Amino acid sequence: MKYDKQELIDQRLQDLNNDGVDRRGFLKCMAWAGTGLVWTMSGGMAASRAFAKSRGKPAAKSGDFSFVQISDTHIGFDKAANPDVTGTLEIAINRINALPESPDFIIHTGDLSHLSKPSEFDTLDQLLKGASAKEIFFVPGEHDMLTDNGEQYLQRYGRGTKGNGWYSFDHKGVHFVGLVNVANLKAGGLGSLGHEQLGWLEDDLKGRSGSTPIVVFAHIPLWTIYPDWGWGTDDSEQALSYVKRFGSVTVLNGHIHQVMQKIEGRLSFHTAMSTAFPQPAPGTAPSAGPMKVPAEQLQRVLGITDVNYLVSGTSLAILDAPLSNSR
Amino acid sequence: MWTSSRCKLSDLQWGGLVILAVLSLILPGRLSASEPGAGSVAPSAGTSADSGIEVKIDNFAFTPSAVTVKAGTQVIWVNHDDIPHTVDSTEGKFRSGALDTDDHFQFRFSDPGEYTFFCRLHPKMTGKIIVRP
Repeated sequence: MKYDKQELIDQRLQDLNNDGVDRRGFLKCMAWAGTGLVWTMSGGMAASRAFAKSRGKPAAKSGDFSFVQISDTHIGFDKAANPDVTGTLEIAINRINALPESPDFIIHTGDLSHLSKPSEFDTLDQLLKGASAKEIFFVPGEHDMLTDNGEQYLQRYGRGTKGNGWYSFDHKGVHFVGLVNVANLKAGGLGSLGHEQLGWLEDDLKGRSGSTPIVVFAHIPLWTIYPDWGWGTDDSEQALSYVKRFGSVTVLNGHIHQVMQKIEGRLSFHTAMSTAFPQPAPGTAPSAGPMKVPAEQLQRVLGITDVNYLVSGTSLAILDAPLSNSR
Repeated sequence: MWTSSRCKLSDLQWGGLVILAVLSLILPGRLSASEPGAGSVAPSAGTSADSGIEVKIDNFAFTPSAVTVKAGTQVIWVNHDDIPHTVDSTEGKFRSGALDTDDHFQFRFSDPGEYTFFCRLHPKMTGKIIVRP
């Protein structure tokens, strides 16, 4: 299956023109890295706005907050697609620090390192110390569990978590769940959550009010984007069945190094750009390997994701900000 | 001894595999045990200085994806991608660890059988070595 890029862009523009999305329908939207599109979820209806208009400030209410998602920092990568991944991460951190609303925390959706080397984790830790937001939540990517079944990752970033590093926490009325779908992968398969983690998830959500906004984050997408390249999770349907009763569910993933979004009923799926190197759109290259772009364009396809939660509308507005907007 | 024969190959496929195996025997002369990389050699009685059969890792795929060799043959996997991969036996018979660009892993297949393997990072990448007596 191939995605027709132009078709998807046309579809997106049409949705923009209609000033909303048919919630009964199925929207598969690719916001091409760097275009900066904001999705606002409000009462089950999604409305999209262009990046430039998104900074209009509604009066902040008590309980409103924002957090930032970064992903796929791949510290240790040094190939042609980006010989300076620490440099681009520093730029990303500077962008976070320059946000008009200081984020309450940062979520890193995995592939912290490239080869799970202690020195790579050390470098990442050092760089992240420069972020104004001091609290950082992690989930591992497959590159972080290369050497010792993820022991080192757990010791550094997963203390107090369950299993291979899954956990949940609450922040200002929003319930956050960090899942691990990169461990014990089976030949021929996609990402996997596994029986034990699914059982834990069901328990974790049981008894929570359906009006609680839920944010689920994991490395590999929890929706099937492109199975030929392994861009999906074999048992994600079961995980999603546990969150479907909630009024607002936002799923944040990394792994594919580009922005893709889908809204399905009350579920909003979103993948983040990498801070290290871009990957090709599904089916547009022989493989998912790092995509080389002209050096002056690199910062347009790397970036961070700024997520704003507004109590008034029970909404999460997602803003993808490339490291550079310059053309 | 570990054997498996879940997949029966048609005669036509066997023909293709034999051709691939022969080509592989002729082609790679550049690999030797002295080449740096993440190599590891399995315990084996074979001491012949065969240069081994190469399975290329390229564009997130093992090429060829199926190889037939004689027992005692050493197979060498070389990663030509600029992303790391691994070579993991599905049955836990061998495990390469992370192979970065140009790293290689080698394993000598002493016992006849069918050995399937995959990349732990990208499990869609699969392949097999068929070892004949």
